[in-house]
Amino acid sequence: MLKDQDRIFTNLYGMHERSLAGARRRGQWDGTAALIGKGRDWIVNEVKASGLRGRGGAGFPTGLKWSFMPRESDGRPAYLVVNADESEPGTCKDREIMRHDPHTLIEGCLIAGFAMGAHAGYIYIRGEYIREREALQAAIDEAYEAGLLGRDAAGSGWDFELYLTHGAGAYICGEETALLESLEGRKGMPRMKPPFPAGSGLYGCPTTVNNVESIAVVPTILRRGAEGCAGVRRPNNAGTKVFAISGHVNNPCVVEEEMSIPLRELIDRHCGGVRGGWDNLKAVIPGGASVPLLPASQCSDAIMDFDWLREKRSGLGTAAVIVMDQSTDVIKAIWRRSAFYKHESCGQCTPCREGTGWMMRVMDRLVRGEAEIEEIDMLLAVTKQVEGHTICALGDAAAWPIQGLIRHFRDEIEDRIRGRQSYGVAAQ
Amino acid sequence: MLRRLHPDQPESFAFTPANLEWAKGQIAKFPEGRQASAIIPLLWRAQEQEGWLSRPAIEYVADMLGMAHIRALEVATFYFMFQLAPVGSVAHVQVCGTTTCMICGAEDLVAVCKERISPRPHQVSACGRFSWEEVECLGACANAPMVQIGKDYYEDLTAENFGAILDAFARGEVPVPGPQNGRFASEPLMGLTSLREFDSGQTRYNESAQRAVDYGDTITRITEPSIRKTPARAAARRAAKAGAKPDPAPAPAPATAGPARLEAPRGGKADDLKQIRGVGPKLERLLNEMGYYHLDQIAAWSAEERAFIDENVEGFRGRASRDDWVGQARKLTGA
Repeated sequence: MLKDQDRIFTNLYGMHERSLAGARRRGQWDGTAALIGKGRDWIVNEVKASGLRGRGGAGFPTGLKWSFMPRESDGRPAYLVVNADESEPGTCKDREIMRHDPHTLIEGCLIAGFAMGAHAGYIYIRGEYIREREALQAAIDEAYEAGLLGRDAAGSGWDFELYLTHGAGAYICGEETALLESLEGRKGMPRMKPPFPAGSGLYGCPTTVNNVESIAVVPTILRRGAEGCAGVRRPNNAGTKVFAISGHVNNPCVVEEEMSIPLRELIDRHCGGVRGGWDNLKAVIPGGASVPLLPASQCSDAIMDFDWLREKRSGLGTAAVIVMDQSTDVIKAIWRRSAFYKHESCGQCTPCREGTGWMMRVMDRLVRGEAEIEEIDMLLAVTKQVEGHTICALGDAAAWPIQGLIRHFRDEIEDRIRGRQSYGVAAQ
Repeated sequence: MLRRLHPDQPESFAFTPANLEWAKGQIAKFPEGRQASAIIPLLWRAQEQEGWLSRPAIEYVADMLGMAHIRALEVATFYFMFQLAPVGSVAHVQVCGTTTCMICGAEDLVAVCKERISPRPHQVSACGRFSWEEVECLGACANAPMVQIGKDYYEDLTAENFGAILDAFARGEVPVPGPQNGRFASEPLMGLTSLREFDSGQTRYNESAQRAVDYGDTITRITEPSIRKTPARAAARRAAKAGAKPDPAPAPAPATAGPARLEAPRGGKADDLKQIRGVGPKLERLLNEMGYYHLDQIAAWSAEERAFIDENVEGFRGRASRDDWVGQARKLTGA
């Protein structure tokens, strides 16, 4: 089990002093100038060596992403953009970081900004997080007053300005290029890649977009050293991770744990077990709404990391674990996710704009059993038509949960259709 | 999803002076020429001032940022937090209905809304004070089911305590937001399983609830100057510190600069400046506030003076030249 002193977010629940002074007492902003003094290459290499993979869902190595930024400026400024548009259903981890441990993020922004040659950073927080925005802005103001941001930030010799701005309730703005569009004052419609943001991002300048948690863990990683950063249970899946466990567990919570922790251990230790006992488990969505679910049969030996879940054709995503017990209508649960994607499709690509509506309407009938058996394969075919045929991954994300449902719960869908049909015959 | 503007629109919109100052602070966050980036915060502030987002408000913000009206309309209709129709005068309740909340009982909360507020979402209740809608994931899933009312999240709800919260709002009270089942934030309900070594239990509420209690502005519209430190001031201070990079918005001109002004209209009666094509009631008011009441004042502007007006009539940059106010005023006065 992860010891408290090995945790990075020591005020995740906000029970301790939330001010800058409190953050300093917990070891933040300690020797920041010295870390920056070791140079850009050292920081990037150290982050690479720590094996940190992006915490926003895709799991792309953070150090590698930083190294794509141009070494020498061609006259254009470089920007750091922090993706705080946390809206993946099931995910509520960045909220806790921003309202209760904001200085981890602010210090991370300074170091990351330096490591990619950026003098300005923007944090784009989702619009609904109004109190969290106030809390984070207050922390930023505090950091400015203490000279930790601005000219010669934290005495490092690096000038760094950090601005907080916000969205207004569009899930798609969590996609990095949609976020940049939104930040430029337009509708959040994803851009074609390439060019990637590192070449042409915000205002056409080199930009790196990182998740809140990816940035917030960096100062601690650098202070502890790439090697000393928590026990590595499995190679290629290093570090700690903030998990958000919700749904049918006795004590839903947000908690920081080691990567590669077994699912059962995570639920039993921190959440008081599944409601009604482990055998009452029906399915788990391990990484936010966009990944396929795991049926109970796979949950007993499930390991919560990028690679294990990928092997099982699911994903770690944002590590937002949604637990469903036997009382759950799993078809309806997936229908609700289809409704979500239909609502949130930006409308730019036809397969997604139209496909999400089709999928939702077929799912709607499957919930009620008003369908033919053949329609299950037809629905599967539609998901394959959407997947991989859109600019961004929202189309994929809309398709995968349905594919997972059909893969693992086809019997239940068929039973419901047959039950309805036989009921209809009997009634006649 | 199709979203249209409301058929009944108000005559005009203008930021209160405090909100206008705040808005300039937001614009100052972005590099020169990129002021369009501030559109979402500005539209949001307009909604917080008025309760919903009207067409004049959208156009006002577009003018302020030098954007075509259609670009601002696109933004206003794209983002779901912008309410394009009037909402309940006291509170608009947003129930999270996405998967986690759904399996934890959001449907019961929706049933409460249908029974207590109105049968359909976005329909204002009979008393005019409440409205509701089902929204997509609000990002508090470990505290499901939950609703957002005004600025705050009410978490860990049941149909019963949600009903009690609605009752309290109806009585004019504002219940303390945050978890409603005795939890502090998002820790396990039955007690800490981690970070025990750091447990100090210093504060009464989590950060979000504490702010709500301290400010008491959960459902307050932002129309008064705030006693809170505004980001505008912080941004200005920051810009000064950083050697003005990016450039802050030009400081409001001192009341003495620009073409000659009058303290009050001569003989107590101002000319009807709306005779000038392109000048409406709002612009007329703005001009009056600046000390311009008469057509002959405008007719006497020199080219430099007109340029000053172009720059300094907030929200109407460049209009004096574009509509040739001086030429029109000269014709009207026969000068």
